[in-house]
Parts: sequence; structure tokens; C-alpha cells
Amino acid sequence: MMAARFLLRRAVPALRHVRCYADAPATEMSFTFASPTQVFFKEASVKQIDVPTLTGAFGILPAHVPTLQVLRPGVVTVFNDDGSSAKYFVSSGSVTVNADSSVQLLAEEAVPLDNLDLAAAKANLEKAQSELMGASDEAARAEVLISIEANEAIVKALE
Amino acid sequence: MYEVSDQCFFLLPVTLRLKSIKNIQKITKSMKMVAAAKYARAERSLKPARVYGTGAMALYEKAEIKAPEDKNKHLIIGVSSDRGLCGAIHSSVAKAMKSEIARLTGAGKEVMVVNVGDKLRGLLYRTHGKHILINCKEVGRKPPTFTDASLIATELLDSGYEFDQGTVVFNRFRSVISYKTDEKPVFSTDTVAGSENMGIYDDIDADVLRNYQEFALVNVIYYGLKESTTSEQSARMTAMDNASKNASDIIDKLTLTFNRTRQAVITKELIEIISGAAAL
Repeated sequence: MMAARFLLRRAVPALRHVRCYADAPATEMSFTFASPTQVFFKEASVKQIDVPTLTGAFGILPAHVPTLQVLRPGVVTVFNDDGSSAKYFVSSGSVTVNADSSVQLLAEEAVPLDNLDLAAAKANLEKAQSELMGASDEAARAEVLISIEANEAIVKALE
Repeated sequence: MYEVSDQCFFLLPVTLRLKSIKNIQKITKSMKMVAAAKYARAERSLKPARVYGTGAMALYEKAEIKAPEDKNKHLIIGVSSDRGLCGAIHSSVAKAMKSEIARLTGAGKEVMVVNVGDKLRGLLYRTHGKHILINCKEVGRKPPTFTDASLIATELLDSGYEFDQGTVVFNRFRSVISYKTDEKPVFSTDTVAGSENMGIYDDIDADVLRNYQEFALVNVIYYGLKESTTSEQSARMTAMDNASKNASDIIDKLTLTFNRTRQAVITKELIEIISGAAAL
């Protein structure tokens, strides 16, 4: 008799774990924003996120249509529920919006915008642009072009 | 300490053995300290890596992407390392890979294998050599980075093997004393594009999907690498700790033997002296 009650109590938590996402109201989004070494948001509830993607920048609100996008170097702005916003610079990565309004923003490298130095970015941009003249083969050219694009985006974001 | 006599010849083997086991105990103790430090660092960096990894696989779980049964080209990525003395880490991954290869070849599918870590190559090349596609060395010396994972993924994509689906086999870290061999799925761009639930995802063109898939492949490999190193360091810590304890036990037993032998030697000498004196 005691054993049966004990088993019942053990069984219930296991049921609770199943698919709790399905119950999340569509007015909230579960936002996860991470880089391989750092987590910025984990299943947090936020109002809106602006992301720069290869097909253009767009904003994601709760109940956004599901989509997959690839990020380009640029600024991600997160608008919290209390109205404050935070900006991060991302190098590349992917963003997934699922049907249950959960958003996964995975960036290869992401830093808060305050950590970036405008002067260093400008210096890097000039160096990359001069390297473009000297780059000979396809792979080197592509690398330098990527570097230019990233540095331009940093400079634009900081100004 | 005491005069060297020809009777001390009996003490020599015990002395040598005692000295060598004491050295071994010093070495295993220091290896345990090193492994403990590396484990602490690996566990700290595992926390964000886990959030990142689960985020990367969220799409596949939520859209419930499954590869159709009739697809033939499979891929297994086994994640381990180059160094031994860590318990059953390498053999458990190799065992899981071998049973998976057997199951797939039994069902008539083509399987190729990527070995991350030299130990796996050693365990697999003799029996499953023809399935090996890529071997990765210099794994395990330094903590794995995202760059390492992207190197592995680039090699894999450049190899030209057009797999339909695959799995990453690694040791998932559970606690300091336990880990479990686990698998995570990997899908090809075509499989994902053709999957039924993908229709709800709005307006995805082939280029974006391919980029997304390549990024996801690196993410899954990165996650496997991070979990695997943490498990390996904790297993090495446990193994070296056990080795030190075993060495201590042997040292205690040998010290007793040494003392007994020493007393027997002294007794024998005394008897010789006394019987010699008595004869006079």
C-alpha cells in the first residue's frame, strides 16, 4: 500500500516533463540567445528581437511565423518586457522561430555592443581594405571580403 | 642503517618493487590533480555549451524531423580523444559505434565513420577499417573550441560523402562519477527540406537552408566535443584516484613483507654468530 503511493508520487513528475512547451501562451516567446562560450538569454520572455539576416533585418515578436534564417554581421537588439533594450554585435550564426513561439538565436560570436572599440574597428577596417588589394587567390579574397563586411558593420553599429 | 651483508641479498627484490610502486603512486596522484583541474575548467565551460547545443537541436526536435527509412547513406561521428588512462571512455564509444555499424550494414545501408580521437582509430581500424572516412588527431590535449568543431565539419563536407542522415556518438556527462554514451542525430539538407513539418517554416530558400544546416552540423559536433571532454576528465580523475588507492594498498602489504624479511635476515645473522661463537 505504501509502495503503491510511493510509486504514484514518483510517476507524476515524469508526466509533468512531457511537452510543456505546448502550454505556453502565444503572447510569450521563449527566447534563447547563446554563443558557444556564453549564454545571454535562456528561455527568457522578451517583447521583441531585431536580427540582421542575409535576407535583411527583421523584428521578431511573439507568434511570429516559423522560419529559419542565417545571420550576417550586425547588431541584435533585444527589447525586454520592461521596455529596456540591450544591443549585441553578432558575427554570424542562425536564428530559428518555431511554431510554439520559441526562438533560438545561436551566434558564432556575440559581444555586448559596449565592449567594442570604435577606433580599433576603424583601424581593422582600413587594414582589411588594403589587404584586399594584395589578395590573390579566391579563398584569401573571400576571407578579406568577410573581414571588411564584419568591420564595416561594427563601425556602422558604433557610430 | 645496518651493515650490508650477503644476507641482504634477500631484501633486494622487495626493495626494488617497493621503490617502483611508490613512484607510480606519486605519478598517479599528480595525474589525478591535473585531471581534477582540467575537469573543473571543462565543467564550467560545459554549462553555456549545453544551452547552446540544446538550442541548436531544438529545430530538429520540435519539427520532429525524421529521415525516411529507405535512405541508404549513413554517417557515424564518434567523439573521443587521443589519450588513455581514463577508464572505459574510448571503449564505450567504440562499442556503441560497432553495434550501430553492424545494425546498419545488416539492414543493407552504407555506413561511413568519422573518428575524432586517435584511440577510436586504434579500436576500429582493424575490424571496421573500410568504413573509416576521416580520422582526427590532437584531440584532448587542449579544451575543444568552436573552431575545432568547424574544422571537423569542413573536412567532412569537403570529403564528398553525401550522407542522408547520421549520428554523433559521444559520452554525455552526468556527474563526477558517471557518464553515459549518448547519440544525437544529424540530418542532411535534403532530408530536412523534404521532411513534412518543414512546410510550416516560412519562405526558406535552398541557400539559406544549406547554410543553416552546415552551421547546425558544427554545433552538434561542438556539443559532443564539450560533453566528451568533461566526461573524459572526470573519468581520468576517478581512474587515477583508484590507481593511487591500489598502489597504497600494495605499498602497505609490501612494507609488511619488507619488515618481516628484514627481521628474518637479522635473526639468521644472529643465529650464525651465536652458533659460531658457541662452537669455539
